Amino acid sequence: MKYESIHLEHRVILEWVKPKSSVLDLGCGNGELLYILIKEKNVRGQGIEIDDQSIYNCVAKGLNVFHGDIDSGLAEYSDKSFDYVILNQSLQQVKHLNSVLLDSLRVGKKVIVGFPNFASYSARFQLFFRGKVPVTASLPYAWHETPNLHFFSIVDFLGYCRTAQVKAEKRAYLHTEKQVRLWPNLFAQTALFLISK
Amino acid sequence: MEKKNSVGIVETKYYTFAQVPNQLILESGEKLSPITLAYETYGALNKEKNNAVLLLHALSGDAHAAGFHKGQQRPGWWDSMVGPGKAFDTEKYFIICSNILGGCRGSTGPSSTNPSTSKPYALDFPLVSIGDMVECQRHLIDHLGIKKLLAVVGGSMGGMQALAWLVRYPERVKSAIPIATAARHSPQQIAFDEVGRQAIMADPAWLEGNYYGGHGPSKGLAVARMIGHITYMSDTSMAEKFGRQKKDRRQPFKFTADFEVEGYLQYRGDNFVKRFDANSYLYITKAMDNFDASGGKPLYEIFKNTDAKVLVIAFKSDWLYPAYQSKEIAKACKLAGLQATYCEISSTYGHDAFLLEVKEETHLIKHFLKKVFYEYEVTGTYEI
Repeated sequence: MKYESIHLEHRVILEWVKPKSSVLDLGCGNGELLYILIKEKNVRGQGIEIDDQSIYNCVAKGLNVFHGDIDSGLAEYSDKSFDYVILNQSLQQVKHLNSVLLDSLRVGKKVIVGFPNFASYSARFQLFFRGKVPVTASLPYAWHETPNLHFFSIVDFLGYCRTAQVKAEKRAYLHTEKQVRLWPNLFAQTALFLISK
Repeated sequence: MEKKNSVGIVETKYYTFAQVPNQLILESGEKLSPITLAYETYGALNKEKNNAVLLLHALSGDAHAAGFHKGQQRPGWWDSMVGPGKAFDTEKYFIICSNILGGCRGSTGPSSTNPSTSKPYALDFPLVSIGDMVECQRHLIDHLGIKKLLAVVGGSMGGMQALAWLVRYPERVKSAIPIATAARHSPQQIAFDEVGRQAIMADPAWLEGNYYGGHGPSKGLAVARMIGHITYMSDTSMAEKFGRQKKDRRQPFKFTADFEVEGYLQYRGDNFVKRFDANSYLYITKAMDNFDASGGKPLYEIFKNTDAKVLVIAFKSDWLYPAYQSKEIAKACKLAGLQATYCEISSTYGHDAFLLEVKEETHLIKHFLKKVFYEYEVTGTYEI
């Protein structure tokens, strides 16, 4: 694998995570991100994943994973047991988003959140002009088969952080493998935040 | 009988130790001497002596895990997992399977001769624990010249022994794979064991355990085994295997086994009697019921003494050792900061799944052992 072939999303996270830190990846999927983090940054990594096949793929990579759902997998960890808790493209799929996010902030010194921006221009266009629930690159599922349970925008998330007194230390807005600087809530498909409490 | 990927013809070996005055002091405080353990080995111990894997069997298992005994058609109980290229690859690893103290398959147990009376021990045999079984295995591992095991692996009661190894000898195991097991029995598990024991002891032929030389409590033991088999399967696997199929011919007696499932259980029960000692059944189930991996303390505190890597495997339809019990073991690993993986395999086989879900177990175990043996963090090449 070459560095260039790593998704921008993962590259941003790679930059944010300090070497030799400990990382809990919630909803780690096939373990690509954890794998890169361990190879690149020598982190001590642990994943939680619900899908059977993904678990087998993680084990084949040599990763440490727990088979289970995020909603119930966090409670048993003590405070600040990880330097980073990562919720990349999984937060929108948990049942109890608020408690998962707050629990992540308790378990991790810092939390990295990556989610699809529901207010990107293509989503707005589909909803406004075509009257349809948007299907975009970062929201690829049709309404009847989406695993996503929560739909929110960058503005929504920043609003949440203010009310919940969560500090957004770092942020990155992405659109097709490029960083977005201007009007992110309109132009970014994906948002990444490094938050702490 | 030679088969592809088989370890071929194998022989059970015996190791006797704890001769007077070095009697083994059991957890109960009682002394036992001498002790023989039956065991088998497959593959070869490497020069560094760091490729040894200890397999630990379940309640009714024995040392014969793989290959064939001369003249026998049936392979060992985990033959699908042990052999060249298999999960426990005998071309890479030295596999040891040890029988247990209290058993009746070549190791010292209640049916062995008591040296002080020259008769079988029967109920004079001391109560043994899972910890005592592990203590005996530790003697065997010393005898084989192995300082540190690459892995201790077992399902069901074997999993309890794997946990006991982690707790008792944290410095002597590099990894553990407890499968479909529990850190301690639930009241439900104890209840099933007790019904089995009562069935044996209610058989008039049990004679307070002094049945050696006679017929023995074969009815009672068969009933105990039948109860066991019900708990090893699942509602689904029974429905798939038997449905409500009736056996061919009706017999005159009103309560003949009409349904296939009845015939199956009777067959299993009767077969078991031929190879298992009723008193051993009492002693071993008692050892399982009394087992508590952490001796009443939180398991994670005990796990802090080890840096072993752990792979915990459970099965979705296993209601005898439900997944929540494996999750508790995984949770203790989490809290102790161990490198651990927990996987709940989708299976309809119930508790029996640990002997049957070969493909999934092979995938998990193969990769896990490789990681532990070569001591890497993650696999694969990667460049910048």
